[in-house]
Amino acid sequence: MALTAVNAVVIGAGAGGGIVAKQLAEAGLSVVLLERGKWYSPFDCRKDDLRNQRTSVLGNGFGPDDERNPRVTVDLVGRERILGASRPGYQNNAACVGGGTLSYGAMAWRYMEKDFRMRSTYGHVPGSTLADWPISYQDLEPYYEKAEWEIGVSGDVSPDPFHAPRRKPLPMPPLPPNREYEILHPAAKRLGLHPFDIPMLRNSIPYNGRPACMRCRWCVGFACEVDAKCGTHNTVIPKALATKNCELRTECVVQEIRTNDHGRATGVAYFDPDNHLQQQDADLVVVSCGAIESARLLLNSKSRLFPTGLGNRHDWVGRNLQGHTYTGAFGLMPEPIFDDLGPGAGIAICDYNHGNPGLAGGAMLANEFIRLPYQFVSMVPAGVPRWGKAHKDFMRTAYQRSIAIQGPTQEMPVFDSRVQADPVVKDFWGIPVARLSGGRHPHTIEISTAMAAKAEAWLREAGAIQTWQRLSGPGLSAGQHQAGTCRMGDDPATSVVNRHCQVHEIPNLFVIDASVHVSNGGFNPVLTIMAIAYYASDHLVRRWKGGGLA
Amino acid sequence: MQRRTFLAAGIAGANVACRSRTSRWRFFTDEEARTVEALCAQIIPEDQDAGAVTAGVVSFLDRQLSGFYKPLRETYRRGIAEIDSKAIEFEGRQFAELPLRSQLNLLQRIEKDPDIRPFFNLLTDHAMQGFYGDPRHGGNRDRVSWKMLGVPYPPVRGRLRYDFTDPAKGEKPWL
Repeated sequence: MALTAVNAVVIGAGAGGGIVAKQLAEAGLSVVLLERGKWYSPFDCRKDDLRNQRTSVLGNGFGPDDERNPRVTVDLVGRERILGASRPGYQNNAACVGGGTLSYGAMAWRYMEKDFRMRSTYGHVPGSTLADWPISYQDLEPYYEKAEWEIGVSGDVSPDPFHAPRRKPLPMPPLPPNREYEILHPAAKRLGLHPFDIPMLRNSIPYNGRPACMRCRWCVGFACEVDAKCGTHNTVIPKALATKNCELRTECVVQEIRTNDHGRATGVAYFDPDNHLQQQDADLVVVSCGAIESARLLLNSKSRLFPTGLGNRHDWVGRNLQGHTYTGAFGLMPEPIFDDLGPGAGIAICDYNHGNPGLAGGAMLANEFIRLPYQFVSMVPAGVPRWGKAHKDFMRTAYQRSIAIQGPTQEMPVFDSRVQADPVVKDFWGIPVARLSGGRHPHTIEISTAMAAKAEAWLREAGAIQTWQRLSGPGLSAGQHQAGTCRMGDDPATSVVNRHCQVHEIPNLFVIDASVHVSNGGFNPVLTIMAIAYYASDHLVRRWKGGGLA
Repeated sequence: MQRRTFLAAGIAGANVACRSRTSRWRFFTDEEARTVEALCAQIIPEDQDAGAVTAGVVSFLDRQLSGFYKPLRETYRRGIAEIDSKAIEFEGRQFAELPLRSQLNLLQRIEKDPDIRPFFNLLTDHAMQGFYGDPRHGGNRDRVSWKMLGVPYPPVRGRLRYDFTDPAKGEKPWL
């Protein structure tokens, strides 16, 4: 039995989908927003250091659950494994209203102008599908601004000479510095670098009717107990619902997007919370499930006209899966510097994002969020055993004296790093699961290794008496920063969606999340996901002429 | 009083139903628990600060093997038995009965053995979770590791400035 048809069904209430739902609902479209997870409130904040989105050794804090949502991974030597959602290698992103934005670290970066023109800047990188975006930073600038002011960003990027031109400052000042910041700031200046306050989607002062951050240590990986972290769950989604044009349905798992004989999307089939199959027809379908699940859904939506899945005529759906290659360094200071002043991360430099001789890009470098005790267990330098008296001595003497600096190296996209629909393994609902395979490009490893050396030099200048690097292996990268699987482009033969996030083959089907990123910047991607969501929604609304797109 | 008697009877009945004899463990046999405790004492030894044994890491493991780590039960059962059989093979006695020095020597040998190493690595990681993780999971008794590291326990910084009650749920202030 079909439910009452609506103008738009948006799949996924994360960073992208939450914004799209609100923008369409405000423009008068009737919207159904489907989310496979639950809607948590600040009162669900469990400060559980072993069960959260950052450290999931006892399970994910905000989904998906291990029992019903397996994935298949294939490593570089071809070994297959079936993984539960909290296991390393699953490449998880939270499944809940707000998606990753409920529990993220909340860094709010705009990509730089060159990040949209990587191919023009660095030329062809053999073995990589590195390309320019079809849109520029200037196209997104007003929408970055919209995200910063509507969702809420604190920080101060004005001392950073490398940031792209912007019309307005950030709406909130930065949080006061912690001890690490006070040590790292003068050290960076002495090295001739340009340190500044990380922009964060976190209230530093009361904003949008919610209070300021209380500086606790339970930040990245946790929901905010005082609701000071700004995500789509506490900004645009409530606004969308307030229009009365948007209905949010949680714990709904979409099986497939349905299409008709004219090659248009007609709606979706989904399992409701009681696991009954429902059909929701809509004039428009927007896929915002994150780079892995969006690709999986398109690939699982097969029909006579689209035998290999939607948007997949040229076999580009699921390709170019990427994330960020995090490398950096730890430093041991002569004295304790732990001040328990969260979120911990506060200072960054963009000196090494571009312009590194012989390297096609780089990374922003920042100090790391507060390391909870169990997280610190594996952060030992070479030479310190992983157990026994010596390990305990290291924990005891180093925990309060450590500083970590790391950064997300912009990756060289690899065509064979990909999402497929597994031919055998199905999830609880009988839907083929995501099958992940591939690895990092060697040049990505080269860049990230150079970034670790930069981090180490910064720590040495700051007075660290011992430093050690954290480097990356060659395995597949995706994780919470997953991107790239439904590339945006002007040429339908080498991309999945056009510059307005519209699937080339299907005029009323859109992918609006990090899947469309051509490359992923040397930054945390969420503000770009948000900006693209505003940008694509704007285009959609302008073309909407009651009952269809003009 | 009556209610308490009833509850006690219920708990005793449940015990009888699950296990043929009384044991303080949910999963481990007493013999396994003794081996695991000796292993944990090597992984995080006692010194001026509490170690894994005082922190109740074995209770953590036992509890998780009846919870989230239930799929690893067979891995544990086999791994413990293998370590004990190596102890008998090389030192003539079960692991827990060896002098501390011999235990350490044996573990250093095990670390080089590709067959047992994966289990020992797993046990080491789980022991660290039980020792450095939140007491709510059954280890880190009295927050001993956090005291050692100097990490203040929640309530967290700034918390007193906030009212956490949710009137929508009919909650009352608890501070």
